[in-house]
Amino acid sequence: MFGGLYFAAIFTILGFGSYFILDDDMGVEPLSFINKHLIYAASFWIVWRFFVQKMPVLNIQSFLILPVKINAVVHYALGRTVFSFFNIGNAFFFIPFSIVLVKNGYPLAQVLSWHLAILAIVYCTNYLNILINDRNDVFYTIATTLVLFALFQRYAIFDITLYTGPVFDMFYSDPIYALIPWLCLGLIYRFTFMHFKNRMYLDAGLQPIKKEAQELRLNWLNRFGRTSIFIKNDIKLILRNKRSKTTLLVSLFFLFYGFFFFIDYSSGMYEAPVWKIFAGIFISGGFLFTFGQYVPSWDSAYYPLMMSQNIVYREYLNAKWSMVTIATIVSAVLASFYIFFGWETYAAVVIGAIYNIGVNGHLVLLSGAYIKTPIDLTSTKKPFGDKQAFNAKSLLLTLPKLVLPMVLYFVGSFFGGPWGGYLTVGFVGIMGYFLKDKVFDKIEQVYKSEKYKTLNAYKQTK
Amino acid sequence: MIRIEQLTKRYGDTTVLDIPALEIPEGQIFGLVGNNGAGKTTLFSLFLDLIQATEGTVTINGIEVHRSEEWKAKTAAFLDDSFLIGYLTPEEYFYFIGELRGVSKPQVDELMDSFSDFFNNEILNQKKYIRDLSKGNQKKVGVVATFIGDPELLILDEPFANLDPTTQIRLKELLVEKGKDIQKTILISSHDIQHVTEVCERIAVLEKGTIVQDHKTSAKTQKELEAFFSNQT
Repeated sequence: MFGGLYFAAIFTILGFGSYFILDDDMGVEPLSFINKHLIYAASFWIVWRFFVQKMPVLNIQSFLILPVKINAVVHYALGRTVFSFFNIGNAFFFIPFSIVLVKNGYPLAQVLSWHLAILAIVYCTNYLNILINDRNDVFYTIATTLVLFALFQRYAIFDITLYTGPVFDMFYSDPIYALIPWLCLGLIYRFTFMHFKNRMYLDAGLQPIKKEAQELRLNWLNRFGRTSIFIKNDIKLILRNKRSKTTLLVSLFFLFYGFFFFIDYSSGMYEAPVWKIFAGIFISGGFLFTFGQYVPSWDSAYYPLMMSQNIVYREYLNAKWSMVTIATIVSAVLASFYIFFGWETYAAVVIGAIYNIGVNGHLVLLSGAYIKTPIDLTSTKKPFGDKQAFNAKSLLLTLPKLVLPMVLYFVGSFFGGPWGGYLTVGFVGIMGYFLKDKVFDKIEQVYKSEKYKTLNAYKQTK
Repeated sequence: MIRIEQLTKRYGDTTVLDIPALEIPEGQIFGLVGNNGAGKTTLFSLFLDLIQATEGTVTINGIEVHRSEEWKAKTAAFLDDSFLIGYLTPEEYFYFIGELRGVSKPQVDELMDSFSDFFNNEILNQKKYIRDLSKGNQKKVGVVATFIGDPELLILDEPFANLDPTTQIRLKELLVEKGKDIQKTILISSHDIQHVTEVCERIAVLEKGTIVQDHKTSAKTQKELEAFFSNQT
């Protein structure tokens, strides 16, 4: 809920603000700029939904034998998705944006027709996602196309927005065209409806898809001793559960996060070198923040087992820490393409990785110990975070993760320029590494003192 | 093996468990029967230090469970599906438990071979994750996993529920066989009076959090228990 409000607020601010940013700061025509990029937004909606939006099929079983028409049940299940945050969320951006347009002299009727067309497209992606949800092949085709076109555009090979932008412009310039997305929506809804209706049997669509177990031979990890027991499990956990797979996706997004900072935007907002450290922390820390933050919640479904087995907390923590560290190193290596932005830029990434390993790795595990939100691995019910994930203690612990390195850089650069800043951050990172045992002692204490509360909190979902 | 002293568990004003004293000697197969909400699972959770006692202590082999964790090495338990890891295959789960208990892969394989009858070809080499198995097969996996590493104390909550008749009979034989080992203490809870009387040497009846009867199992026990429960309202 808190997460939802947070995003709603962000979207609203963006909705009101983007007109002015685009018009005044960047000097482009706001509506056509938005239209130009809407094709990416639409594809992103599909990709994002595919990973995190929950399917409406749940709880339908109980309706099957009630005296309700099957058609009504299907309409109800599909209709319920209308109010999902994935759809409503967009309104927080587009409504303020449209209001600002009208205020700035755009004709109301045309803005309205454009707005309604976008609304239809949002819902098209909603139902399209339901339709393709169990079709990985279709999904990956869309995702790959999206990335390819983005790359083509970046390197000026082929700019798809030149062709799609005018299509979105048409919804504005000639309201009759706005009917097209609504017709599409009607068709897609019809398809989805039929698709669902034909599968309203326990042994057809309502049965969760059981995938054949893949074999994962991870014996080469055995050389790491007892820590490897948990690492092997964590790798399986990440690869075999929908919710944890999203951490990989988010890590990938984080990897490209630096583009926001390093590409020379005309705004020049992030030109100060201190932002490079900020970006460096993010680029290598995607997995650290998305996975590490939720230790031990990933194991919430079988926490009683873990607590009654012969498990030494230290080994368990070491395994999680190793996962986070390896992922950080891999991210830093993958991020080597930032060299194109200059050595200094990539140095920020490497320094960020060192700080992540030395300091943030411990801090996420420490804050994780206070988060008692069980994670339902099989579904992706709460993609916008939980209110407990935002609790005061863990919020307090985000400060040293992001703000402290910037402060360190600032202090260091005061004495020794940019490299002095980098060295200071890197040095603290290395120092932190040697304090690992001390921090782990503290985390162990937290684990022990919070054991019963944690067990109880994890039980609540069942 | 297990000793309880002045053990109580309260949630607010409601007392869910109140056992002044209970001693389960080494080698005993101990059965716990009672209606829903009598406190069976609460008691087992207290044995495993999964919930905190309001007052009193549980001692396993002279170790107070909430003070030290040393009892864990010799104890194995299966209470419910929160003791299973859904995204693993049964084999991977057995190896995982084996690794935690210092049992090598070949040893686990050997042990699993001896359960092939019990598994009835529905568990091993099925290429299925535990989360996709039926409730009954999940239970088989959970129960058999507790045998890995030859623990001295076994705690099983409702081991017979959800099992098909053949498996129920096999599990009874299995538990009786295990119980012959004088070093093995086995605790079982059940709703089924017949099952416990066939398996357990001693049966306690839990009613609203207190132990109201405590029998050495004899030929009459089943009749007595049936009489007791049929008079409950």
